[in-house]
Amino acid sequence: MDNKKNAKMTFKYLYDHYSMIMIFAVMFIVLSIFVPYFLTMRNMIGLVLSVVTIGLIANTMMFALGSGDFDLSVGSTVAFSGVMVAVIVNSTGNVWLGIIAGILAGGLVGLINGFSVAVLGLNALITTLATQMIFRGMTFILSGGRAVGIREAAFFKLGNSRFLDIPAPVWILIISFIIFGVLLNNTVFGKNVLAIGGNTSAARLAGINVNFNKITIFTLQGFMAGFAGVILASRMTSGQPNAAQGLELDVIAACVLGGVSLAGGIATISGVIVGVLIMGMISNVLNLLNVATFYQYVVRGLVLLIAIYLDKLKQHSS
Amino acid sequence: MSDYLQFKKISKNFPGVKALDSVSFTVEKNSIHGLVGENGAGKSTLLHILSGAYKSSGGEIIINDNKKDFISTRDSLDSGIAVIYQELNLVPEMTVAENLLIGQFPQKNGFIKQDKLMEKAREQINILMEDFNPDTKVKNLSIGQRQMIEIGKALLHNADIIAFDEPTSSLSEKEIKHLFKIIKNLKKQGKAIIYVSHRLEEIFKLCDSCTVFRDGKHIETFKNMNEVTDDILVKKMVGREIKDIYGYEPRPKGKTFFQVKNIYGSGLSKKVSFKIKKGEVVGFFGLVGAGRSELFKLIYGDVEAQAGELKVNDEVIHNSSPREAIKNGICLLPEERKDEGIIGVRSVSENINISSRRHMLKANFFLNKNKERKTALKFIDDLDIKTPSTTQLIKYLSGGNQQKVILSRWLSENIEVFLMDEPTKGIDVGAKYEIYKIIYQLAEKGKAIAFVSSELPEVMGVADRIIVMRNGGIVGSLNREEATEEKLLSMALPTS
Repeated sequence: MDNKKNAKMTFKYLYDHYSMIMIFAVMFIVLSIFVPYFLTMRNMIGLVLSVVTIGLIANTMMFALGSGDFDLSVGSTVAFSGVMVAVIVNSTGNVWLGIIAGILAGGLVGLINGFSVAVLGLNALITTLATQMIFRGMTFILSGGRAVGIREAAFFKLGNSRFLDIPAPVWILIISFIIFGVLLNNTVFGKNVLAIGGNTSAARLAGINVNFNKITIFTLQGFMAGFAGVILASRMTSGQPNAAQGLELDVIAACVLGGVSLAGGIATISGVIVGVLIMGMISNVLNLLNVATFYQYVVRGLVLLIAIYLDKLKQHSS
Repeated sequence: MSDYLQFKKISKNFPGVKALDSVSFTVEKNSIHGLVGENGAGKSTLLHILSGAYKSSGGEIIINDNKKDFISTRDSLDSGIAVIYQELNLVPEMTVAENLLIGQFPQKNGFIKQDKLMEKAREQINILMEDFNPDTKVKNLSIGQRQMIEIGKALLHNADIIAFDEPTSSLSEKEIKHLFKIIKNLKKQGKAIIYVSHRLEEIFKLCDSCTVFRDGKHIETFKNMNEVTDDILVKKMVGREIKDIYGYEPRPKGKTFFQVKNIYGSGLSKKVSFKIKKGEVVGFFGLVGAGRSELFKLIYGDVEAQAGELKVNDEVIHNSSPREAIKNGICLLPEERKDEGIIGVRSVSENINISSRRHMLKANFFLNKNKERKTALKFIDDLDIKTPSTTQLIKYLSGGNQQKVILSRWLSENIEVFLMDEPTKGIDVGAKYEIYKIIYQLAEKGKAIAFVSSELPEVMGVADRIIVMRNGGIVGSLNREEATEEKLLSMALPTS
């Protein structure tokens, strides 16, 4: 009987702390059993590959949301840096220069966001909505509104080579989760971000340089979106001005699924990883089941609603 | 017509806690009944049950010989009960009139009748003996005036029973006087009033009878306030004898350590200078709005000073931000603990280590979690912080324990000058006593301490020297021995 009680306690502890991971695990098992071809190596790799862009940016979105801010500009940034890398690679013939230009282009967007929010004191939601429009426009101007095909085949290696039979972008994603996980959990920066999100005034009075941290968060976010844009361009062998429309909401949804608080102050890397994978799993399964795209939107929205409702229930019970 | 409102064996269980354990007492008409007890004694829980916000786990409320069972706050309002909470529920962007009559706008087919609205609001403002315009937006009013609007809202429902939950915690002396006048008026009109407060002197000033709660239990009801003394009440509240809650003992002071020269900036009306010796505790007394909090924030670098010089140990320092101030060995305990002190959603350990963790990094970059945990455990032990673990979210701790966590934050840094803004605000008697002890210990160690307090007995009981502020400037300084209530008040009150 004692055992039973213990088991119950453990379950409650797990549910309180890792509810989303448990939901993910249950979903995964159920889908493995009932959906044909779901649990195959090929499909698993495809699943992760499909969330590389979302996942890379979710890393830094976790910091932005954790500090109590939003960033709606990441979709445009991905397209901007993708076109930038294409244009630079084509005009200079230098792949590395192109990659650096692409990442820096993203960093620039982030820096503008960070400066506006921290120094000018503008609302992050509106600021990043504005830069979203500005840089989508810049992308169209830079590309002339057409996809920019890249002529250097060496550039495609970044997104299309394999190591140990696993595509490079998947490795990059895994490494990024580790780096940002450590940054969040094991550095002063990570803890300061959550403190700022938890209570900005208290953080400032406790000696945290709020403005510097905010600029850092947004700039990191920009760099990461730029990097994701470069990888996407490599995989698509071109810079697409229409790429990643609405990506920011997918990224935020993944973070929220992972238990990141929109009010700030609460974020875990394990949650974000699970959130990203749940997003990927839903699309993957709907594709495997041949559900039409139009319906996929509906299902994804519903899953998001249900997930945050479960999370709310949990918060109420504790 | 006695025993108008009766609480009979009221209990309230929360998971794992008995917040109220079979409490019974009665409140009469034409009287003000004080309700005292430490935080967590069950006062607020009782008010929540009275207002219908909580459902009791047992017992009954009887009003005028009718048994009442409230299923909602609406239900309670309709039975003539108004509970005025500490947190104000006003809409800052709406006008006084709109706030007063919210939920019961005079209307015709969904359109608000403006003239009627204004008329009703004016009536209410007159009753409250206030003189603000019903057209003013609430955000432009002082906290005291906002409190009045909250009371006005309650009166509009024609309540016969009015309960006040710590109404004076953020009011100035003048506003408190005004509030008391209104409460006494209500009593004259035959209302039954319940008055919850931490401040015992208010209970004595205002109440006809009072009840003491401790740990969810009814300890005693005093029918006549003349039968009781301060000491008895404290003893009943705390459950043990605290002879002298301030526990002050003289201690040797060192040389002048911290100097503020001609500082000036937002919130001050003239240049301000003062000095603190090593081991000295200086109290800053004044009315709300005298510029004490503003002065501390200027010194701390949270608000940029326009002029002035700071010296620690004869060395000139510049606090351009709180971060710089901390590096210079100065810290601030902010007045609004919840809004400016704690990071509610983070753990006790993280709240303690938020600043000092930079001194214990591994490879200059990675957190030393083991050391952070040990630091947290040390302070939990040293300051007797009541928390189930280092990972408990700080928002679940009581006010006194939260304040101890914030103190720990600075004790783990290299701090020499402590600025404390209302360090015992909203903290119960037992915890206050412990905070005072920590202040004395710091002084013993040679730290310089400045604290703001609006409670006269506290300033006089704890400080070695008292600096009085008025209208954004310092008006004088009294040593502990020379300070009397009359002197301090006459210095603090505006001359008109």
